Amino acid sequence: MTIFWVTFTPKSVLKVQPVKAELNEQALLKGLAENDTKAIETIYKNNFNMVQSFIINNNGTYDDARDIFQEAMIALYEKAKSESFVLTSKINTYVYSICRRLWLKRLQQMGRFVLQTDSLEETVQVEDDLEMHEKRNAEFTIMERALNSLGEPCKSLLEGFYLKKLDMQELAKAFGYTNADNAKNQKYKCLTRLKKLFFTQYNIGE
Amino acid sequence: MEDILLIQAIERYLDGSMLPDEKAYFEQLRKNSPEIDQMVVEHSMFLNQLNALSDRQHFKQTLHQTHQKLVNEGVIDEGTIVHTQSKIVSLWHKYKRVTAIAASVAGAIAIITSAIFSYFSPAVNANQIQQLSKDIEVIKRNQQVQGNIINEVKSKLPENARLISGGTGFLIDPKGYLITNAHVLRGSGAIVVNNKGQEFTASIVNIDPKVDLAILKINDKDYKPLKYIPYNIAKNSGDLGEEIFTLGYPRNEIVYTQGYLSAKTGFDGDTLSTQIQMSAYPGNSGGPVLNKKGEVIGILSTRQTHADGITFAIQSKNIYHLVNHLNDSDTASGFSKIKLPAKSYLMNISREEQVKKMEDCVFLVKAYNN
Repeated sequence: MTIFWVTFTPKSVLKVQPVKAELNEQALLKGLAENDTKAIETIYKNNFNMVQSFIINNNGTYDDARDIFQEAMIALYEKAKSESFVLTSKINTYVYSICRRLWLKRLQQMGRFVLQTDSLEETVQVEDDLEMHEKRNAEFTIMERALNSLGEPCKSLLEGFYLKKLDMQELAKAFGYTNADNAKNQKYKCLTRLKKLFFTQYNIGE
Repeated sequence: MEDILLIQAIERYLDGSMLPDEKAYFEQLRKNSPEIDQMVVEHSMFLNQLNALSDRQHFKQTLHQTHQKLVNEGVIDEGTIVHTQSKIVSLWHKYKRVTAIAASVAGAIAIITSAIFSYFSPAVNANQIQQLSKDIEVIKRNQQVQGNIINEVKSKLPENARLISGGTGFLIDPKGYLITNAHVLRGSGAIVVNNKGQEFTASIVNIDPKVDLAILKINDKDYKPLKYIPYNIAKNSGDLGEEIFTLGYPRNEIVYTQGYLSAKTGFDGDTLSTQIQMSAYPGNSGGPVLNKKGEVIGILSTRQTHADGITFAIQSKNIYHLVNHLNDSDTASGFSKIKLPAKSYLMNISREEQVKKMEDCVFLVKAYNN
């Protein structure tokens, strides 16, 4: 609950005591990693407009802005969750840097070259983080593809249990199994198949 | 079936729901059987992956909800501008035909009115007519200038080419041979632009990074060879204190700069070059350095950082080395020997005249990558 008292510290105080501002950022990131809606909303609110105006000013649409920003939020979220996480810059610098890289990359993919005008905004090196993020994206794509090629009811059963974290009892009922044990058995069979699909793809090398 | 039991056991082991005895037994099993150990590791990684995917999907959902909420609260503003734009576009679509008809009616009336007016109006005197034609001349010229701009927009750069560097180059043979610095040509190809903004494609004939010189050949059907080159290339490097000048493209426009020869060797006693006192900017590289007689004594190449006005030029005799070497060695078809200009036509005329005569021979070089 430390999140709250720091968040409500008046701005003037934050300016005089930068340590507290840092504490505030740490608390926000901690909240983010724990899926705290308040923290997510605060980070969203503090950063979105900056990113949106950057993208709109650089040939982007409102949809592009939302896509890129949410991608950056995911990267930050997954970074915050990792054990080795250290924050080396302020949140808004980090988010802006990621969005900037992502957007320039997308513009290049679309074949539009933009002059890299040096803006006044401060940026940090995010290449390594983005590489990690892309690798993770690729892994998730493999998993989702494997899930989709499983067929029903395996797909829904596994999604229900592993992704939506539903109770086995409920699942058995929803799928019409006579008892939870049967459903469980079926789930293991499906899981073995999924695992095989996943690892063949994964080991072929993304 | 056995596999399933095993997976079941592994899953229970991983989520910690095994009884202590069972757990000890299972751990023993892992130790003794590398296959089972491998399966546990693999399964744990797999489950982590599934969990991470679940987290991400959940987080994505939260992001969407948050976005929606902030839009509703008015914290995020999406697309008021887009809305007005689409309104204008739809208005245009709606009234396009009416506008077209109105415009053509207006046009017809204008033509008829002017026809009637010219038919009934009294004849004007010759002087006024002459003035009018002069005006037309002016308009023509304006149109030409605009034409030039259009030419510039339709660049000869290949599609998707990315400009890497720019510099200056100058003709050494009216057939279209240019000399420039090797360091200007960093990309995979080059185009050259004359002082009127006309672009020509060019190819690299010879490049010598050691002396930092390169020869380009304009191979563009739009290029019309000049009758002669007004300057010649000096074999000596000039005298200290001699007044010199250069033309180059530090901007998209040709720029004149002057200075004097300050040392017979270049940076750190480099005997290939000379030191000149002149302020040079990026883009001046490859420009000709001429003395007041109109002889090229060097090719501007580098400047000393942190020291104002200390610039270096490659001695012009290196052009002879490079050209002779090329003329001797290259017997390939399609290559006509380069004839360096032998005589300067710039002697004893004012600087303005000199510049005017030679500016057609100095080109902007743009190197690109594709």
